Amino acid sequence: MPGEFFFPDTEGQLPDTGGYFGAFGGKFIPEALVAAVDEVAVEYEKAKGDPAFAAELDNLLQHYAGRPSALTEVPRFAEHAGGARIFLKREDLNHTGSHKINNVLGQALLIRRMGKTRVIAETGAGQHGVATATACALLGLDCTIYMGEVDTERQALNVARMRLLGAEVVTVRSGSRTLKDAINEAFRDWVATVDHTHYLFGTVAGPHPFPAMVRDLHRVIGVEARRQLLDRAGRLPDAAVACVGGGSNAIGLFHAFIPDTGVRLIGCEPAGLGVETGEHAATLTAGDPGILHGSRSYLLHDEEGQVVEPYSISAGLDYPGVGPEHAHLKDSGRAEYRAVTDEAAMRAMLLLSRTEGIIPAIESAHALAGAIEVGRELGSAGLIVVSLSGRGDKDMGTAATYFRLNEADTVGTEPEGASQ
Amino acid sequence: MTSTSQPPTGNLALLDSTLARAKAEHRAALITYLPAGFPTVDAGIDAITAALAAGADIIEVGLPHSDPVLDGPVIQTADTIALRGGVKIADVLRTVRAAHQASGAPILVMTYWNPVDRYGVERFAAELAAAGGAGCVLPDLPVEESAAWREQAEKHGLATVFVVAPSSTDERLASITAHGSGFVYAASLMGVTGTRAVASTAARTLVERVRATTDLPVCVGLGVSDADQAAEVAGFADGVIVGTALVRCLLDAPDQAAGVQAVRELTADLADGVRRSDTPVPQPTS
Ligand SMILES: Cc1ncc(COP(=O)(O)O)c(C=O)c1O
Repeated sequence: MPGEFFFPDTEGQLPDTGGYFGAFGGKFIPEALVAAVDEVAVEYEKAKGDPAFAAELDNLLQHYAGRPSALTEVPRFAEHAGGARIFLKREDLNHTGSHKINNVLGQALLIRRMGKTRVIAETGAGQHGVATATACALLGLDCTIYMGEVDTERQALNVARMRLLGAEVVTVRSGSRTLKDAINEAFRDWVATVDHTHYLFGTVAGPHPFPAMVRDLHRVIGVEARRQLLDRAGRLPDAAVACVGGGSNAIGLFHAFIPDTGVRLIGCEPAGLGVETGEHAATLTAGDPGILHGSRSYLLHDEEGQVVEPYSISAGLDYPGVGPEHAHLKDSGRAEYRAVTDEAAMRAMLLLSRTEGIIPAIESAHALAGAIEVGRELGSAGLIVVSLSGRGDKDMGTAATYFRLNEADTVGTEPEGASQ
Repeated sequence: MTSTSQPPTGNLALLDSTLARAKAEHRAALITYLPAGFPTVDAGIDAITAALAAGADIIEVGLPHSDPVLDGPVIQTADTIALRGGVKIADVLRTVRAAHQASGAPILVMTYWNPVDRYGVERFAAELAAAGGAGCVLPDLPVEESAAWREQAEKHGLATVFVVAPSSTDERLASITAHGSGFVYAASLMGVTGTRAVASTAARTLVERVRATTDLPVCVGLGVSDADQAAEVAGFADGVIVGTALVRCLLDAPDQAAGVQAVRELTADLADGVRRSDTPVPQPTS
């Protein structure tokens, strides 16, 4: 039952009943979790058809999260992108500062329907953790957030926000101490607490029904952007560009454009220090099919199935897996994925800040860097919509170090051609 | 492999007869878990051989994984040590072969699905069978996703041991046990591996519910760490599975020899435990 801001995909054929998008997806979970995951699927199916659910979610999305989000044209930024017209879908302006709130509010209402009292979640950048802690405060639910130690350091602001909101933040010290390890720990918690706990998964990966459900809750991004663009630019864009960690903001932007075959869907993965260095998290660019965290998708792993520790300057993209629908969109050719280095992303962050007065999250800056490339390829006739998935406040520590912002009278690394 | 060569035959039948023999002796079987390559491949083989000599009936050899989401801190640490030491699937198969040759006992591999899927299901099954293996326990491979594995397991004479949980519905238990072979692994509680008080009421109830669906032996694992717990579980299950407590013997020992000795002593205690159950093992009702 679609609402004003809730647009579940009721016409699409994917995923199939087994949770597969072509060869990808499925439900690779321990038996202990099957009953709970099935309950989520059943409850979500019911909620999808229930006008009361859509109405309550609409109300929260409008009056609490602030939807619809703005669509902002950025001409001064676009001058550096071959003169193409560029519009930003401003998910950074949502309450809590990113797209993550769309998914969290939907699942939070589902949790209430299921009668569960405790919520766990993983977080990388801290945005999903903050959104989850926020919804738990709003609905009076117990909240525990798992976060890798590397990320608690580089996203310290968000750790403080989560704790202020009343969540327990557990620092994870296993593996690469980043997002993947936080998810591992959240699954370990869930296996033992599943009778009263919901795992509020933060992206379009994980076992069925999470990839489909989280996608549906983010479809609003693309549905709104499509309407806003038709209204403002009078036509569909040539390209829709988004960063891809697990892939939720990207699928949210892309999905409404899938039938519009003239619209290129371009996902930007983190190339870190360069795909050729091995220090990256460009799963679709450099990975192979495999199973992690409950579904089959592309994965960065060795020839014996051991997962390779990823790297990105961006905590939210530093993940060796990716949602299965993206794997399918890649293999079917409907979407393209390119890799953007730390350096290109940081340059784009500085450029948007200085040309438009908008400080993006480093995750979103990967999409901006991709848009600069695509704009130069399209030239001045091009029209591009970019998912600005989050705001950059959380990244000020990283940016201050990277651009030496705290050294008086030193000019930070200037983006190419940004000074004028 | 040429199409005319016979596929190697694994030791599923040996697993069945080992469990049947324990039952004929009115006791539960003792199944012990140790990861391959921990602390080294050779020391791991020594520890497994010691467990077999001290009374383990069946061995589960762990194939270490980078992301052991169903394991607690002890087995996570062991897996990390093994992987840092460079353990490969070839080493796991060498461990299986050595353990089987030393004892004639059935040896299972326990691992996550991705390593098997990535290595190649057919190749893995064929090589495991050729190494004398008896089958696999794949705790993150639910029955719905297991067709590719089961096809190869059947072709190569290997067991498919499914894990069931207290949260499994009766309907699912029936479907799972209909597709499994060897035995059914009943998780005593909801949680990851580790030692703790065994929730024996929950485990007993689950074993009864499983028995209502199958004649396969039902073995109980998760949390069992000493002879008293083993005896208690042996009172209602066909087998007792012990992992973390044995891994901890190796982790806590000052050196490898002391670790192997500790594994030997704990296994001997556990072997006594499964023989002193107060309640006789229930016989199948068929
Ligand atoms: C602002 C922002 N964008 C993007 C991401 C990446 O997630 P996804 O690929 O699911 O959109 C994150 C994740 O933390 C984020 O905080």
